[in-house]
Amino acid sequence: MNQKKKLAVVGAGMVAHRLVEAMVERGADEAWDIEVFGDETRPPYDRVALTSFFSDRDPEDLLLGDGELWKRPGVRLYRGSIVSGIDREAKQIHARNTTFDYDRLVLATGSYATVPPVEGSDLPGCFVYRTVDDVAELRAWVLDREAVLGRKVKGAVVGGGLLGLEAAGALTALGADTTVVEFADWLMPLQVDQAGGGALRRIIEQLGVSVRTSTATSKLRAGRDGKVSRMQFADGDRIPADVVVFATGVRPRDELAREAGLELGERGGVIADEACLTSDDSIFAIGEVAHIAGRVWGLVGPGYSMAEVVADRLLGGDATFEGADLSTKLKLLGVDVASFGDAFAATNGSLEVVYADPTAGVYKKLVMSDDAQTLLGGMLVGDASAYTNLRPMVGRALGSDPTAWLLPEGMEPPSGSSLPDEANVCSCNNVTAGTIRGAVTDHQCTDIAAVKQCTKAGTSCGSCVSLVKKLMETQMAEEGLEVSTALCEHFSVTRAQLFDIVRVSEISTFSELIDKHGTGRGCDICRPVVASILASLGKGHVLEGENATLQDTNDHVMANLQKDGTYSVVPRIPGGEVTPAGLIAIGQVASDFGLYTKITGGQRIDLFGARIEQLPEIWQRLVDAGFESGHAYGKSLRTVKSCVGQSWCRYGVQDSTTLAIDLELRYRGLRSPHKLKLAVSGCARECAEARGKDVGIVATDKGWNLYVGGNGGFTPRHAQLFAEDLSTEELVQAIDRFLMYYIRTADRLQRTAPWLEAIEGGIDAVRAVVFEDSLGIAADLDAAMAAHVDTYEDEWAATLADEKKLLRFASFVNAPETPDPDLVYVEERGQRRPADDEERAVLIAGASIPVRDAEVTV
Amino acid sequence: MTAWERVCELDALVPDRGAAALIGGHQVALFRLSDTGEVHAVDHLDPFSQANVMARGLVGSRKGVPTVASPMHKQSFDLRTGKCLDDPEVSLQVWPARVTDGWVEIQVDARSSAA
Ligand SMILES: Cc1cc2nc3c(=O)[nH]c(=O)nc-3n(C[C@H](O)[C@H](O)[C@H](O)COP(=O)(O)OP(=O)(O)OC[C@H]3O[C@@H](n4cnc5c(N)ncnc54)[C@H](O)[C@@H]3O)c2cc1C
Ligand code: SF4
Repeated sequence: MNQKKKLAVVGAGMVAHRLVEAMVERGADEAWDIEVFGDETRPPYDRVALTSFFSDRDPEDLLLGDGELWKRPGVRLYRGSIVSGIDREAKQIHARNTTFDYDRLVLATGSYATVPPVEGSDLPGCFVYRTVDDVAELRAWVLDREAVLGRKVKGAVVGGGLLGLEAAGALTALGADTTVVEFADWLMPLQVDQAGGGALRRIIEQLGVSVRTSTATSKLRAGRDGKVSRMQFADGDRIPADVVVFATGVRPRDELAREAGLELGERGGVIADEACLTSDDSIFAIGEVAHIAGRVWGLVGPGYSMAEVVADRLLGGDATFEGADLSTKLKLLGVDVASFGDAFAATNGSLEVVYADPTAGVYKKLVMSDDAQTLLGGMLVGDASAYTNLRPMVGRALGSDPTAWLLPEGMEPPSGSSLPDEANVCSCNNVTAGTIRGAVTDHQCTDIAAVKQCTKAGTSCGSCVSLVKKLMETQMAEEGLEVSTALCEHFSVTRAQLFDIVRVSEISTFSELIDKHGTGRGCDICRPVVASILASLGKGHVLEGENATLQDTNDHVMANLQKDGTYSVVPRIPGGEVTPAGLIAIGQVASDFGLYTKITGGQRIDLFGARIEQLPEIWQRLVDAGFESGHAYGKSLRTVKSCVGQSWCRYGVQDSTTLAIDLELRYRGLRSPHKLKLAVSGCARECAEARGKDVGIVATDKGWNLYVGGNGGFTPRHAQLFAEDLSTEELVQAIDRFLMYYIRTADRLQRTAPWLEAIEGGIDAVRAVVFEDSLGIAADLDAAMAAHVDTYEDEWAATLADEKKLLRFASFVNAPETPDPDLVYVEERGQRRPADDEERAVLIAGASIPVRDAEVTV
Repeated sequence: MTAWERVCELDALVPDRGAAALIGGHQVALFRLSDTGEVHAVDHLDPFSQANVMARGLVGSRKGVPTVASPMHKQSFDLRTGKCLDDPEVSLQVWPARVTDGWVEIQVDARSSAA
């Protein structure tokens, strides 16, 4: 075997991720072993989207890629591992108390956030805004201060640039009264001119954020509790501040390079040439730490280009980085701001075309060449809808009347087909219009997801997605292809249409349906959808007869598939209330079967590592102890989370736990387009986090407030207020109708939030259906829910009572009770978990395995 | 020389649902299709996740090709050739399968072609 070379990458941020991805895409991992060291505890994540963390987002959702990258042989990610030194002589780096050899080294250490030398800037309550940990701490701080102080938190953000306004938006969203303090004479001085900054200020002030420009912060003072409480300015003025965010800029993290004697830029940054090589020709620098072509590049797009250059160079190519597009488009506090090209009209003789509407809070400027023909750049504040179309036109003739681009109802912008092939559409990932057209013509992409995957366009900041879509659709029309809303290749209709077909027809099986309304044998998309529709309409249980062949393995065996092919089992614990005896019973089952146990976010207990042939035995034990299926596997109701409420809590105004239990028992087993989560809080303090759920209920002294359309996950949303002060009876009826209407009309895998956005008339129309019966279907919806409640039965118990169904739990048809011989476990913190590849190799080579479960042998 | 090994009765296979079988230490996934009545046998090991789960995938079709989708990450495989339709580099080993006197039989020595 020929020796692979070693590549070490210091820093596991966005650009490092792109580098590894680019290497793997080009097959460079055949020739290189790649080791990546990151001092953050998380794998690389989308820093650009950091602010979205505040809308209740799970940090997991920010992670870049699907994680497969780090599992590839030859690729290794060391998280939480700071690199403390580079020995250029020995070609080694120091990390994890040891040394690692390299043939080539890549510095991708990014930047750190700077804090100005202001007295008191280290007080508790002062934050920067750079990492997930930063924002998580900030969020916890604001929520905690609000609870302790019993009033709105006062927030101050130092710095009125891009980051500062993002931070101000985040603080405002957390419910803080926020002031932005900017040293320059206007906001976002690096992106917009004074007039643009003025427009921005007016809009932001209308949103309730105070703005102080031309102001220097001089001191921060603590209150009696030692936490920050006041901010003082150079002009003597001061404001209260319970939380302070510094967003005054970033500096390259070049300390390793400095100690190693690499050449640095005057204001920091590791100097590198157009090949991204530093003054040591075994060491590259990329991303925000690199100083190339005379400057550092503080955006992710140029960093990605550098990563591509290094990947190419490592494979013997000669790609170069010569600078990049610094255009930006942002939505800050809901306000559009964009600048592109020569936004400050620095080009000799350039002309500016300005359109401003102060009442509407709009300021737009185009910078044109001296003959007013060629677009050089521009800035848009308040309405940046023209950005996506304008930016690719930089350096091109705009046509007869440039001003037409700026008017609100301006000239029709160039249609998708008139953009030249070489126009750069996605500046984050450097994708041209031609590449997107090629995805349709040469790679048979016919939907936006396929185009994004094929070209990477629109996968970073996302601002170009609408243009990408338009280009794709125009190209598809030119090729004579239809733009499709089909469920999949087998059904040409949407899920909602299919639902109606099944509802009004006599059809009650998949084979009938696909015979009459589809083609082929179906697939892993349409089969589960049809199963769910049939179940929602009461046309046969999800596991009866032919329906059983439509189910994903999770639904099929009523447990959740895990990475090693075993399952996890979650008994229902309605409202999160469980007796000590119940807990002991669950514990005993887990202990007898050697299951790994973990408490879930939905207030119940997950038991991992059950082999398929063990499932019936495990259920039997749980059913005997009074438990039933928790439907953790289904696109169905998961849990109704609750706080302890009035019965114990000194603040509670209603009995939230009892309501949660009643609701969970009412909706258990209800099949829906996606999982459904509910929660009930016993007072406005909202300890159950009900506003992060599809249906959230918050007690008031007069009854219940109902919120709908919240979720965590990929695109987290806060639920919106649907109705106030309902009695319990009114509440239950409203939820019945809301859920049934959603189940009937939503698309596959569409949660309630996007459904509310997509449905005609939005939340108001749904409210009218639920409370005013605007469509005349309320009785129908009520009846459908009543039927569900009446026919519910526990799927586990029903399966245990059915000899035939039990057959599916055989591990092998010809050896029904033989465990999968390839399972290998190791012990960690007193429980077992699947062995990783390395541990497997060792264990299979013969050593004994340190597990308690005697059944598991190798 | 071909050796056919009896695995199970045809009736033990639910149409359009897979079942795993242990044949000479090898884990095989069997599928009986409802429309053609054919039985297919491929690796039970999912090459992407390295877990023995293929028999638990959903069967279906893609442009007329009979498929099974890995239950782990949903890559589809051609049941006749074992080829992954989402990644041409990857495939499942395929075993000749037939039904004789109501029994499903697998040709066992074909396994050596996997090496
Ligand atoms: C809130 C916010 C919003 C942003 N919005 C935008 C935007 O809209 N558009 C845009 O283009 N850009 C935006 N940016 C900038 C963008 O995030 C950066 O340009 C990009 O992340 C740079 O990537 P990088 O890999 O060079 O650095 P980073 O992503 O910072 O990664 C560097 C990593 O290296 C680690 N590290 C450093 N030193 C060591 C060491 N010695 N050992 C081990 N690990 C080390 C760091 O902890 C870090 O995880 C934004 C940034 C923030 C904070
Ligand atoms: S939400 Fe529930 S637990 Fe929290 S304070 Fe109110 S009643 Fe108490």
